[in-house]
Amino acid sequence: MTTIAELPPGFADKVLSAQSTFRSVMDAMARPGSVQRIVPGAGAPEPMMRGTAAIALTLFDHDTPLWLDARMAESTDVVKWLKFHTGAPVVQDSSIASFALIGDGAVLPALERFALGTSEYPDRSTTLILQVESLDSGRFFELRGPGIDGAAMLQASIKPFDLFERLHLNEALFPRGIDVVLVADDAVVAIPRTTRIVSKGS
Amino acid sequence: MYVAVKGGERAIENAHRLLAHKRRGDQSVPELTLDQISEQLGLSVDRVMSEGSLYDRELAALAIKQARGDLIEAIFLVRAFRATLPRFGASEPVDTGAMRVQRRVSSTFKDIPGGQILGPTFDYTHRLLDPALAQGFVPDAPATAEASTAPTPRVTDILGRDGLIESSPQAEEGASVGDLTREPLNFPADRDLRLQNLARGDEGFLLAMGYSTQRGYGRNHPFAGEIRFGEVEVEFVAEDTGFAVPLGAIALTECQMVNQFKGSATEGPCFTRGYGLAFGQSERKTMSMALVDRALRARELGEEALAPAQDEEFVMSHSDNVQATGFVEHLKLPHYVDFQSELGLLRKLRKEFTDAQAPDAMKEAAE
Amino acid sequence: MNAPAYNFAYLDEQTKRMIRRAILKAIAIPGYQVPFASREMPMPYGWGTGGVQVTAAILGPQDVLKVIDQGSDDTTNAISIRKFFAKTAGVATTTATEEATVIQTRHRIPEATLNENQVLVYQVPIPEPLRFLEPRETETRRMHALAEYGLMHVKLYEDIARFGHIATAYAYPVKVNARYVMDPSPTPKFDNPKMDNCPALQLFGAGREKRIYAIPPYTQVVSLDFEDHPFEPYRFNAPCALCAAENSYLDEIVTDDKGGRMFVCSDTDYCEGRQAAGHHGSLSAAPYKEKAQEASNG
Repeated sequence: MTTIAELPPGFADKVLSAQSTFRSVMDAMARPGSVQRIVPGAGAPEPMMRGTAAIALTLFDHDTPLWLDARMAESTDVVKWLKFHTGAPVVQDSSIASFALIGDGAVLPALERFALGTSEYPDRSTTLILQVESLDSGRFFELRGPGIDGAAMLQASIKPFDLFERLHLNEALFPRGIDVVLVADDAVVAIPRTTRIVSKGS
Repeated sequence: MYVAVKGGERAIENAHRLLAHKRRGDQSVPELTLDQISEQLGLSVDRVMSEGSLYDRELAALAIKQARGDLIEAIFLVRAFRATLPRFGASEPVDTGAMRVQRRVSSTFKDIPGGQILGPTFDYTHRLLDPALAQGFVPDAPATAEASTAPTPRVTDILGRDGLIESSPQAEEGASVGDLTREPLNFPADRDLRLQNLARGDEGFLLAMGYSTQRGYGRNHPFAGEIRFGEVEVEFVAEDTGFAVPLGAIALTECQMVNQFKGSATEGPCFTRGYGLAFGQSERKTMSMALVDRALRARELGEEALAPAQDEEFVMSHSDNVQATGFVEHLKLPHYVDFQSELGLLRKLRKEFTDAQAPDAMKEAAE
Repeated sequence: MNAPAYNFAYLDEQTKRMIRRAILKAIAIPGYQVPFASREMPMPYGWGTGGVQVTAAILGPQDVLKVIDQGSDDTTNAISIRKFFAKTAGVATTTATEEATVIQTRHRIPEATLNENQVLVYQVPIPEPLRFLEPRETETRRMHALAEYGLMHVKLYEDIARFGHIATAYAYPVKVNARYVMDPSPTPKFDNPKMDNCPALQLFGAGREKRIYAIPPYTQVVSLDFEDHPFEPYRFNAPCALCAAENSYLDEIVTDDKGGRMFVCSDTDYCEGRQAAGHHGSLSAAPYKEKAQEASNG
């Protein structure tokens, strides 16, 4: 058992670290496929990555129901750390979550099980924060859509392997859909619901 | 040669200096103190606290002083300050039945348990300007008597015991109370949000809306079941203590309207309710609020909503005087970029109109 | 009395988180209006509270802020907002478009092409493009949900039937990413083409109406029109009297009461830049002087 005092710290400078993390995430969301860096300003409980921890401290609070996958939920440190630093309520029902933290993408639930928003309020959807192996090596993905000047090339090592196939759901559902933030250590890439994959390399 | 207008920064500074000077007025006249405002312009303070959504007499008095007595400006100052305050949670519901009543009147029964208490009121004063008040007036000491220990149950509760009035709709146990200052408002809105909107709403707007229901635009046959003014205790349950901690007492005015009855195949006929509540002594506000609250319940009570006061999008979107004054007054800001675009269009349309007329005119002249 | 103490960029952190979440959803759904719990700001509703809240939520100490109103850095409201952020966030401010990382604007898009490192924040009075056709929020929301925009086309077509032209000169509706019809805020329609495929992120804040929306960079933005009545930007046909620019949006200045008028760039930074680079119009005061201008308003 870890006591609160032994948990990794939150942001040393709450205001400025949250601002700089947000700008990285905002830039990532505005320019899908581009790799943005988060300046790590906080500790992170295993198996949470530094980037994930910074995003949690920046965007989560009492108003954001949070769903954790088994990998995250089995760590009492993660649960305690999130409760102590963000106050976000952890929910069992993924369809009401504002955010979902995915530690093990290989067993990512079907995307339909998350909140997809409604036609009137498509913003009421879950944002997936998916930890991946790498955002600078692995397969190539060619992406198009708003925020991208022509095409963007993303090189990444992602589980689930069929993530982009699954995200075809966004095409059919738009404006409803799922927005994804990929995290590898301090690197983030966002795949909002408007992004389309045109080709995949090896 | 033309030189573009500049130097706005200095103009702003100078304007603010002049404003401060005008605010103070003639400096040979003693400066107003916050106590004076709070004590002698108490109803202004009450209104600013209510519509500013912040119970703090001293800050409200400061806002009134800073706003040169412009109450909507003062309400705005208080709201802007309130928006920066941390939120610790919601208090326990206050029990207005246990109010230490200073004034309490009912128009539905001649006498009620605990009695009718006229209290401090303008009612039945003759509205004659009183020169004696102009200076150095010392009022007589108020009449006193043994404080009554009789309970003063709410008139609506008395009616409720016999089932003559609908039971007050209860929220689910543990349901959180909506807060339109923390969450964006969506329509249709539940009654908690409607009441919050009305409590913050402009007194003049609510007065006109309430009045319109009396004149037939969504008539709902109101009786002033009870209006009471006095102090109630506020309690707060902090998560870590687990029990209610008293925070202090606040002055409130509550109005319960008893309105036209309803009934259905499954429910016996009974009166319906309209509710008004405000900080301090604010009778006009709470009565208007109760009328409008009842009007806005049209949907829930299966009535046809045809009048403005029954239209929740209309009422709730226009009741807030801080929003309204901002947008009306923003017309003072420069719009010359848009105006230029309109001018261009208008000139083009006029030219086309003249050109189209011209051949006709020439034809007429030739005939 | 509770003595006021304010956070970096004025807003408390909880409010910033709420606004930041709304901004991310707005970017993910281009042109869709995300409801947010707008706060009372220390300036009136209708005077830029939406833009100010968006700016306050994104601004950091590294940013360089530019604020314009009617294209000008020197209009009183622009000065007031710029001072507000200089005071509460201590950020550097500028009037030069190319130096700014965050530009807050009311009613104009700068003439200079924006770049990828910039965010343009619009102040929006009425975010709902369908509001004047249908006052009810419940109805307009349904129309957006179904992408049912026939009413808007009918309105524009009625204009043509009546006036021979689409009679909308500013706040001219656009369609974003071929899905949402969006109000570009009351910018003159001259500026509409600048929104299309813009390298900068565009964020829109409506404080009183409690909505945030966005156009991501490099996103298609099309002004609504008809094949036989294509969209045409309006500009008074004259060069700027100060810098001789032929393609900037112009303010009309009435110089006397006998019909005298002149036309100068509404984007003052653009105009000054051109004058400094040696471009002179028919009425320019050459060499360009700061001092003389202050005197006219002191």
